[in-house]
Amino acid sequence: MTGPDAPGGPDPATARDDILGRLGAPDDSVAEAYGAIRREYLRRHSEGDVRALFAERVAHYRAVVHTVTEARLPGALAAALRPGAYVLAPGLPAAWAAAIPPDRRAADGAELDAVAGVVTGCAAAIAETGTIVLDHGAGQGRRALTLVPDHHLVVVPADRIAADVPEALARLDVTRPLTFVSGPSATSDIELTRVEGVHGPRSLEVFVL
Amino acid sequence: MSMPTYLGMPPFPDAAREAVADTRLRRNLARATGTIRERRAAAVAELADWDELRECAKQIKDHTLGHLGHYLRMLEERVTAAGGVVHWARDAAEANAIVTRLVRETGETEVVKVKSMATQEIGLNEALAEAGIAAVETDLAELIVQLGDDRPSHLLVPAIHRNRAEIREIFRRAMPSAPADLTDDPAALAEAARRHLRARFLAARVAVSGANFAVAETGTVLVVESEGNGRMCLTLPETLITVMGIEKVLPTARDLEVFLQVLPRSSTAERMNPYTSAWTGVTPGDGPRAFHLVLLDNGRTATLADAVGRQALRCIRCSACLNVCPVYARAGGHAYGSPYPGPIGAILSPQLRGLGSDVDASLPFASSLCGACYEVCPVAIDIPEVLVHLRGKAPKKPSERLAMGLAGAALASPRRLAAAQFAAGRSRRAVRRLRAPRAWTDTRDVPVPPAQSFRAWWKANRDRT
Ligand code: SF4
Repeated sequence: MTGPDAPGGPDPATARDDILGRLGAPDDSVAEAYGAIRREYLRRHSEGDVRALFAERVAHYRAVVHTVTEARLPGALAAALRPGAYVLAPGLPAAWAAAIPPDRRAADGAELDAVAGVVTGCAAAIAETGTIVLDHGAGQGRRALTLVPDHHLVVVPADRIAADVPEALARLDVTRPLTFVSGPSATSDIELTRVEGVHGPRSLEVFVL
Repeated sequence: MSMPTYLGMPPFPDAAREAVADTRLRRNLARATGTIRERRAAAVAELADWDELRECAKQIKDHTLGHLGHYLRMLEERVTAAGGVVHWARDAAEANAIVTRLVRETGETEVVKVKSMATQEIGLNEALAEAGIAAVETDLAELIVQLGDDRPSHLLVPAIHRNRAEIREIFRRAMPSAPADLTDDPAALAEAARRHLRARFLAARVAVSGANFAVAETGTVLVVESEGNGRMCLTLPETLITVMGIEKVLPTARDLEVFLQVLPRSSTAERMNPYTSAWTGVTPGDGPRAFHLVLLDNGRTATLADAVGRQALRCIRCSACLNVCPVYARAGGHAYGSPYPGPIGAILSPQLRGLGSDVDASLPFASSLCGACYEVCPVAIDIPEVLVHLRGKAPKKPSERLAMGLAGAALASPRRLAAAQFAAGRSRRAVRRLRAPRAWTDTRDVPVPPAQSFRAWWKANRDRT
């Protein structure tokens, strides 16, 4: 479908046909030509312990990283809370949040701009680049949840960590909304000095299981 | 074509002469480009397969450009199936009319914007302003440019020509919420911008963005960014309007594995940029309820018809070529008279707009053909080759061409040029050292001229006028 048109505006059907017309008729060689693209790059850049590499790389972005056992996770999460209420992403495993007292949990429908932070899981992580990928499914919440609050606590189970970008993308469904997070929000717009947190969460705290 | 030449914009050499005279601008630019250049070389050297990634990125782009109609039809179908609406615009005026109408239909008079070359190319903010719609730029740098009533000078760091003291003055003057005791500490300036914009984001009902990539196979659109203002724009408003050049489409989601590796390292010299957002149509309960994708031609199909020039459409706007360019480092982004500065601007603007105006006809001469831009380009655009090709097509008025030629003012001083070329050469040697033995730097063919050094050539020509 093409957008309806306002009186006097451009004729959308004509614009579409014109542009596609200039690009020539469809041909059936596309799939074959696409298959012939040479992909000689590496599927991954390092061998070895992806969890350790991920922890190192994500720390490089000045995120706070904790490597914890499943048993110690609840205590570590609770200890990381700052003053104020935290949103627990819907579907977050109850055991993870067991040590977060009820009065520290933001009420349903709380103003996101007023809460201190948010606790989530993730869909995947990329060791090579220190990236966390959210697909905003269970335990991650809709996109605004991990955007507006200032403190993002994210739990990364070891089996979610892919070695590198190609492997991570192969695990993801790109038709879901996706957010790739590599460290806290940053800008280098003022004399190329890196400043954390212009708009997104200013603190990213990662709990690697 | 319909990309605006900035009003009253002098041709490249005049503008470059002014910029070169501005020592503060030159200092800011030199420091900034030097820093990014070194960081990029390190980020690229970290990947042993950079050459293969680069070759694949080039092949994917060439393949897509060769079957662009096919992939655009597929993209349209998939975006529509996912609940989005696709619009087609032959030129800037059509694109602006579509966006203006879409905003009007929401009843809003203000939109939030995330930095986008495409919207700048079509002069969208000005078109919206004429229709009584305020476009609020939300990138820190764009905000600085907008509040300073200024023009951007760098693809990625548009306020690269402003230093912190100037930025503080701009904020104090034009930002009502800025604290009276605002210092020029970058963190304090960023905090002021965060507070200024937070209120706008939370109230915004319509956002306008560009796109870095769109996947034909799935209808997925991506925005790659640093600050999080993109996420704000893509997530919080009810209506999202994305304006995208038709060359941004990629065949499949798998292709992202190449571009998400080469783009961040080439542009901000990071392993990965802080935020990348991907969305497919609309998602109930999460993000905008209406999504419009405006597919923009504006000279692209015409560029595609030129067998040599079309490689410019591979560009992923990483800005690596700007940072290694000795001419850009001296002349500054404003000298290029278009939203696309530096080496890529010198080959893209004259193709998108045609060689009709003085500024466009002079752009292919705004280079020393040193080749540094080609070496760093992650999609292997042979910018010197296209420059030489476009020089051949530029209007033939020899005296004028010599007068316009090659950033004369910028490069008139032998000391300056030697320093600039030394810097460029040093970064190339650094790349070679780090990347031996397969460095592409050793094998590239340099197009026609520089057997003679550029400076000798230019001097000879200047002395004859
Ligand atoms: S021409 Fe190449 S190096 Fe320059 S901005 Fe485009 S992709 Fe980057």
